[in-house]
Amino acid sequence: MEQQEKQTALIDLRDISISFGGIKAVDQASVDLFPGEVVALLGHNGAGKSTLIKILSGAYKRDAGDIYVRGEKATIANPRDAKDYGIETIYQTLALADNVDAAANLFLGREMLTRWGTLDDVGMEAEARKVMGRLNPNFQRFKDPVKQLSGGQRQSVAIARAILFNARILIMDEPTAALGPQETAQVGELIKQLKKDGIGIFLISHDIEDVFDLADRVAVMKNGQMVGTAKTGDVTKDEVLGMIILGKCPPGAIPGPGAIQE
Amino acid sequence: MVSPNLEHLSDDARTGPVKRFLKATEIDSRLLGMIGALVLIWVGFHLYGGIVNGFAAFITPRNLWNLSVQTSSIGIMATGMVLVIVTRHIDLSVGSILGFAAMMMAVTQVNILPDILGLGHPAIWLIAIAVGLLVGTLVGAFHGWLIAYRGIPAFIVTLGGLLVWRGATFLITRGETIAPMDSTFALLGGGPYGAVGSTWSWVLGIIASVGVVFMLLSGRKQRKRFQFPLRPVWADTFLGVVGCGLILGFVMLVNAYPWPRGIVRQYAAANNIEVPDGGLFISHGFAIPVLILILVGLAMTFLTTRTRFGRYVFAIGGNPEAAELAGINTRWVTVKIFALMGFLSGLSAVVASARLNSASGNLGTLDELYVIAAAVIGGTSFAGGVGTIYGAILGAVVMQSLQAGMVLIGFDAAVQQIVVGSVLVVAVWVDTMYRKRAQ
Repeated sequence: MEQQEKQTALIDLRDISISFGGIKAVDQASVDLFPGEVVALLGHNGAGKSTLIKILSGAYKRDAGDIYVRGEKATIANPRDAKDYGIETIYQTLALADNVDAAANLFLGREMLTRWGTLDDVGMEAEARKVMGRLNPNFQRFKDPVKQLSGGQRQSVAIARAILFNARILIMDEPTAALGPQETAQVGELIKQLKKDGIGIFLISHDIEDVFDLADRVAVMKNGQMVGTAKTGDVTKDEVLGMIILGKCPPGAIPGPGAIQE
Repeated sequence: MVSPNLEHLSDDARTGPVKRFLKATEIDSRLLGMIGALVLIWVGFHLYGGIVNGFAAFITPRNLWNLSVQTSSIGIMATGMVLVIVTRHIDLSVGSILGFAAMMMAVTQVNILPDILGLGHPAIWLIAIAVGLLVGTLVGAFHGWLIAYRGIPAFIVTLGGLLVWRGATFLITRGETIAPMDSTFALLGGGPYGAVGSTWSWVLGIIASVGVVFMLLSGRKQRKRFQFPLRPVWADTFLGVVGCGLILGFVMLVNAYPWPRGIVRQYAAANNIEVPDGGLFISHGFAIPVLILILVGLAMTFLTTRTRFGRYVFAIGGNPEAAELAGINTRWVTVKIFALMGFLSGLSAVVASARLNSASGNLGTLDELYVIAAAVIGGTSFAGGVGTIYGAILGAVVMQSLQAGMVLIGFDAAVQQIVVGSVLVVAVWVDTMYRKRAQ
């Protein structure tokens, strides 16, 4: 990890704050992400991790704080801006348009056009077959609206959409929530593959085993504040649970503003 | 390719001949249902007229030709209403926009332009139409802006619009009816002179048939190029034969309706033609408003299925939040949808006022309800995300068939309203059941 310190961070979120109706959902949270690194965001429901991530993906507008992408200050005001920076998101709700087919969902907002400016449905289906073949080789239902697909198939569509456009930064909000054990393992393989390609990944997960298996670092949030960050090698699972539940920062971690002072 | 969700169906359903046929031809079973309902309505009125009144008049060239003209105005607007309802909105103001645009066009071509350009100037009808389309588009865009950028529900905005634009229509001329329209403008409403005649109808019919064959062939070629599953050859042949048959049948129908004798005499006198003893048979051919409707139907089908805008409309209808997160500017799309609806209302205003050769303050009253009914009968779902242009046009034909049929067999207006209202509710009920079973 030494060489990472010298590298510029892929993403650097500094002192991000947002409140909804007077409640500070995210309060001065800072976290960074390097190329080829998986950072797991942990915390209870309502700790602010999904909100923080939605600020990065452009779904919410932050009240304060700055976002740096590859060392440069970035303006992210909507999801289109985020995508322009190569930030792709797999939302917990999957955010699929249920009434159209897989290819239409994969290319939603970025459709391939023919030279007459019309939708190139055949071309998009061909690309969709390619990327889905990589993720879920059994997937054949390209003509059906995604509403009719199983939970796992829908999840693969959402993941395929995120990796289709050469993302540099990937945000995965509970990517394995709807998956069985075999598909979960497949996603794990995919994450390792993407890491090798130098893609930085923010992973939100409730499964502490998963996190220790896949993540290089953890960042724990509580009540909208950052409790601390730690390399997964420097802390134990129990210590991380202590951070999540009590907000107690162990010696192996770098404390944040949300850590309780002893 | 057997998809997993078919496995729980019985073997009969999976391999039954009807199912297999529909799967191979990719015909929507809902479409078949609507055509079945239409045939039932037509035959029903025809037989009822024949048995009860001793005069079966429904399935005659004359009635069906008139039916096609009467359908145009509602049909044009229904195609736009599909997009509005697909995105989970509603537009109650289309009848009032129609009335307002028609009145603006009437004033332009009767009160303003003749003074400037001189009566009968060839540019008058074009300028008048441009005014009507512009007025419709602007009003629609304004509604869309209030809905998308000011967050007022579409129901309220267009309910307000219903009253505001109707009131404005009466205000313009203090309730007077304006007539007659420019003579070229009046042709757009149909009638003997407002139809293209036998030869042109055949030309158009043949072009359309060639188009059908070409589309089937190029579809096959595309799928072959990417090695996607092809429809069986017999299924494509069947579609081609039925498609061309319907088109050419329609041509023969509109050509089978001759000009009335008085018009023929007038026409013969004007052109120094000798009228033979048996009378002169001059076909109407396609009425211009019907051609406008067909053109609008094709353009709107293209827009919804082949363009980005259409894809976004359906994506927004399916999941507005997902569309927003995918980077679609959903507000701007909403404005465009309502502007398009306004444009089509303006176009309907052209057809409707040209057909009556006048514009009154009442023109288009209650049209919004027929337009919404047409779209809904045509399979557009209020839950959003589902609807087709051809369905809405068929829905308009169904509505108009009921209306015209009841007039023909002499039901009074009160009964007509009861029947149309009931049919709407029953149609949606049947549709809901169909959707539940299809899940």
